[in-house]
Amino acid sequence: MAKRTIEMQVSRTPELGTDFRPVPGLLAPTDLPEPVLDSENMLINIGPQHPATHGVLRLLLELDGETVVRCVPHIGYLHSSFEKLGEYRDWNQVIPLTDRMDYLAPLIYNCAYAMAVEKMMGIEVTERCKVTRVICMELDRVFSHLLWLGTWAIDVGAFTPFLYAFQEREKVYSLHEAYTGARITTSATRIGGMMADLPQGWTDEVRSFCSSVIRTLDEIEFLLSTNGIHLGRTQGVGVISAEDAINYGFSGPNLRASGVPYDVRKDRPYYDYETYDFDVPIGEHGDCYDRYMVRIEEIRQSVQILHQALDRLPAGPMNVDDPRVILPSKTDLMNDMESMIHHFKLVMEGVKAPPGESYMAVEGSKGELGMYVVSDGGSKPVRWRVRPPSFVNLSVIPKLVEGGLLADVIMVNASLDIVLGEIDR
Amino acid sequence: MALIAVSGEAASSRPEHPSIAALRRQFGEVVLRSEIVAGDEPVVFVDATRIRSVLQWLKEEPEHNYNYLSDVTAVDYGGGRPLQVVYQLFSIPHRQHLRVKAELPLDGLTIDSVVPLWQSANWLEREVWDLFGIRFRGHPDLRRILMPENYAEGHPLRKDFPLRGRFSRAEQTRRALAQAPEDHYVPGEVRPGREPQVVPWQELG
Repeated sequence: MAKRTIEMQVSRTPELGTDFRPVPGLLAPTDLPEPVLDSENMLINIGPQHPATHGVLRLLLELDGETVVRCVPHIGYLHSSFEKLGEYRDWNQVIPLTDRMDYLAPLIYNCAYAMAVEKMMGIEVTERCKVTRVICMELDRVFSHLLWLGTWAIDVGAFTPFLYAFQEREKVYSLHEAYTGARITTSATRIGGMMADLPQGWTDEVRSFCSSVIRTLDEIEFLLSTNGIHLGRTQGVGVISAEDAINYGFSGPNLRASGVPYDVRKDRPYYDYETYDFDVPIGEHGDCYDRYMVRIEEIRQSVQILHQALDRLPAGPMNVDDPRVILPSKTDLMNDMESMIHHFKLVMEGVKAPPGESYMAVEGSKGELGMYVVSDGGSKPVRWRVRPPSFVNLSVIPKLVEGGLLADVIMVNASLDIVLGEIDR
Repeated sequence: MALIAVSGEAASSRPEHPSIAALRRQFGEVVLRSEIVAGDEPVVFVDATRIRSVLQWLKEEPEHNYNYLSDVTAVDYGGGRPLQVVYQLFSIPHRQHLRVKAELPLDGLTIDSVVPLWQSANWLEREVWDLFGIRFRGHPDLRRILMPENYAEGHPLRKDFPLRGRFSRAEQTRRALAQAPEDHYVPGEVRPGREPQVVPWQELG
């Protein structure tokens, strides 16, 4: 009954007619003179809850029409004071804090922290551990770049690449889970080694992921790289010159897109990166499109490194044979008095680092990730500082967007590949 | 400071880092001491009052050309010892890194800003001000960055700052509830059409 009543009412509304098409008489008259309007800049607030800010970032924009006059970023909504917390934990207990910073590439943070402490303590990890960490770091570089690629495609208005990229990411989650038991908060490293040896068949899974991610990447590139809308929205947008990029502290793919071939893996090599055969892609124009291309190529190079690392993964122990840092085996613990004492002291007091300090820079997925650790000889850090690549990269955003259009802000922000967990720490 | 000297090798046991030797020749007494830590990391302590001229020289001298400022941070050893401001420099052309430190006594926590040399120092110095309370003279926009602007408990990364904050839990809750959301969403510091309001560093408390 009710339905029929509505239909009758609609059909009786004379100006709409029955087919809902607008009737000519309703159109606005076009022969009016253009009104004189006061022009006033407008303030617009993007975030802190906005899907295109990739987290809880708040950008305050002053607009003149659609042109951005000024951009003031506000951060700190996710501040958890990890560095302060670290000063109240012993050296190994800091590791779970590291992966909570960059939850998009947790293993890189685990490894970087362990490397810094080991360097300070003068511990040389085993060959198997080195290669395993290289595999972990390159795997998570791909992992992080895939998330960036998916969300980047969403920001440009394409939904399909997001689904493709996340399907591949799911495989890395499974690899994380198979090795560490956790999908995001991996906490895989320990001072002097890893939490466990690699599980059986894990390397084969990594190999099959390597081949499938390249196929997916080809498909995504086919959708995006020459797509007219994508080109129009990214080429010539958010340009920064090489000189400015260095001065503003850009690092990682953002810096290389401006044509500066600075890659920590090549320029301050660690873990024998100089013996791996890979290229450092650099851009030419320093715009959003070049940042996209650099990251795409980086995934391919990372896969190449992964293949080489899997080939050279040696057998042997994963952890160093050093009772100062690594727990003795259960058999020794039960049979040997000294091992019992080491075990007791390690569990009760934690690893003790001699006085000293170290700054260890690694090439994270977002840029130069520095871990600065300072010890006074106790079992807790005096200072644990993370040089956050996204934090410094994000500080450039006012320079990149001012003078551009409001719509470009979204693309520039997406092209910087930020993670707020690490910016706010 | 004796703690660091234990681990740092004496500078005489190996040839000094070329940039540190050049700094000594150029600046003389301004270079207080130097050491090698963690095997291969050169550290040089300089007079805090001359920090900007030292860093400018290191940046602009073509032989050294430390054109990339990785990090600015601070270290508090507690116990009334001076705070260290730590600059991590890297030279992209020469692939050299150098750590420059300046010590500030607790009753004189002011140092020259290096934002005129590197824009990357902008947020990094704001963070050091926010978390350690070190003022940077000549910084264009020295505001808190991670903590809220009206945060009244001090500077969290100082050793005398308790882990749970200075106020009681009840007081923290009371303050959180008393906050007007508009304080954070009405952009008081930027009115349309006006230049960004520069907060003079002396007035920060």
